[in-house]
Amino acid sequence: MAPALTEAERAIAAGAEGEGAAMAMRIVAEAARLLSAPRLIPIASAHIDGALYHGDSGTLFAEKLVAGGARVAVRATLNVGALDLTGCAQIRLSGAPREMARRMMAAYAALGCEPSWTCAPYQAGHRPAFGTDVAWGESNAVAFCNSVLGARTNRYGDFLDIACAITGRAPDCGLHRPENRRARFVFDVSGLDPALLATETAWPVLGSLYGREASETVGVVTGVPADPGGDALKAFGAAAASSGAVGLFHIAGVTPEAPDLETALGGDLPERVVRVDAAMFRQSRSRLSTAETPDFVDAVAIGSPHLSEAEFEALERLLAGRRVAIPFYACTGRHVVAALDRDGRRSALEAQGVTIVADTCVVVTPILRELAGGVLMTNSGKFAHYAPGNTGYAALYGSLADCVESAVAGRPVFAEQAA
Amino acid sequence: MSAARAEILVEGRGGAGEALVLTAPISFWGGVDPATGTIADVRHPQHGACVSGRMLFVPGTIGSSSASAVLMELVHRGIAPAALILHEPDAILLLGLIVAREMGWETPVAVRMDRERFTAFTGKHVSVGAEITAASPVVAELHAASAKRWAQVYETLAR
Repeated sequence: MAPALTEAERAIAAGAEGEGAAMAMRIVAEAARLLSAPRLIPIASAHIDGALYHGDSGTLFAEKLVAGGARVAVRATLNVGALDLTGCAQIRLSGAPREMARRMMAAYAALGCEPSWTCAPYQAGHRPAFGTDVAWGESNAVAFCNSVLGARTNRYGDFLDIACAITGRAPDCGLHRPENRRARFVFDVSGLDPALLATETAWPVLGSLYGREASETVGVVTGVPADPGGDALKAFGAAAASSGAVGLFHIAGVTPEAPDLETALGGDLPERVVRVDAAMFRQSRSRLSTAETPDFVDAVAIGSPHLSEAEFEALERLLAGRRVAIPFYACTGRHVVAALDRDGRRSALEAQGVTIVADTCVVVTPILRELAGGVLMTNSGKFAHYAPGNTGYAALYGSLADCVESAVAGRPVFAEQAA
Repeated sequence: MSAARAEILVEGRGGAGEALVLTAPISFWGGVDPATGTIADVRHPQHGACVSGRMLFVPGTIGSSSASAVLMELVHRGIAPAALILHEPDAILLLGLIVAREMGWETPVAVRMDRERFTAFTGKHVSVGAEITAASPVVAELHAASAKRWAQVYETLAR
């Protein structure tokens, strides 16, 4: 059924504000029809995932919007592109694809999007208020925005994200509606050692397990004794949104729509309770590694989602001035690079052998050298999930400390594992 | 001869061709090579088959929200399926056709049909065409009441 458009929306779709805005409005209205949304609703902001080059057609689309005079109507940050425009890292993309990727990034900037080029916009100053409707893309950003900030977004993808930003509207359906945000299953981690929950690796490992259990269902995590902090929630959501289609999760006592378990469940009984034990945790952790014989490592990559300043501080502490023996990529946004540059920390890290990658990351564009049978070590659940398919490297999962010690030694080094 | 009614999800060029009936859900991003139309996911049962020019029966989709970008790239390169027959109206995938149409590129029609009916078309030469509503007053009435548009999916003789 076609959505009911207001008179103003119909006028825009007919070209009252130019051909670019008209095209954007028609795309949002058609998406609403396919999603069975009865109407469009106003949005407060957008995060655009559509500027990553997949082929020339996407570039031509963005340039057609620019030529049609379109501009974003709300604040719109940009997710990663295929190039590092800061020049921190070398991208192995050349010829026509490189030029088309560059043109695509330029077109999105010309539409009025902020050149944030990060998958962690919520750590770069873009934090919509609780309860506001927004249109965000990039699975980890969607999960964080819904779950940790309590703003409301569906999982917006290529084309629809920018069309929503230009029209300032989104189809009224899914997670925009309060009744669809209630948890339907419980993910109980109270059976795990609280000391384990205080470790960095607990969150990507649990997120990966949660995503497989949840698929598209909203759930609530219970048994978390204390707020694990933004970086841990970022890692949990990214891993969950990689292994499942997770757009929203709750953590009882931690996230804003879950002051307690009963509220998260909306007063209903859960359809299912998953009780996580130490064996499930160990199995989920080992699933993150695909390397069959973890006796060598060719490169280390961290920063999916992009590293925060606090995570760089942890990296610097663990490196303690030592030099790495193998390629080591630290992916982040230019908001953090600017901070690192202010006090010479980037050049210090580079002197220790660390390659800082800004605006993009190692699983979305060719950065790692081509290496059949290569092994990539990471502390990121999301890198571990996507590296084998997107880079050809097998994944080897470890804590940040393990990644640093392995990079310095040039071979896998694991501290004794908890749990 | 097999034939079925199907709701039109996105209008486009009606087509004819050999059916490619997928037997498992597919992720277009990472699962279909946008440069060749080949099913690249090694775990997919139809791995290695090419979707280009085929009547593509899709029982379900999984994965990334960049599926629309892959489908639009196939259209732009002239290697899209001849028609899409979906079990569910997957908005993310179909957005690829909607945007391609906005770009002025010719897009294949996409229709909805229950996946239980898919197997009847396996290995057949299939056409998707507009339904002749005048021949069936009941259908015409249904059509007017639901504001839905219908197509006919039917087996034809290969030329």
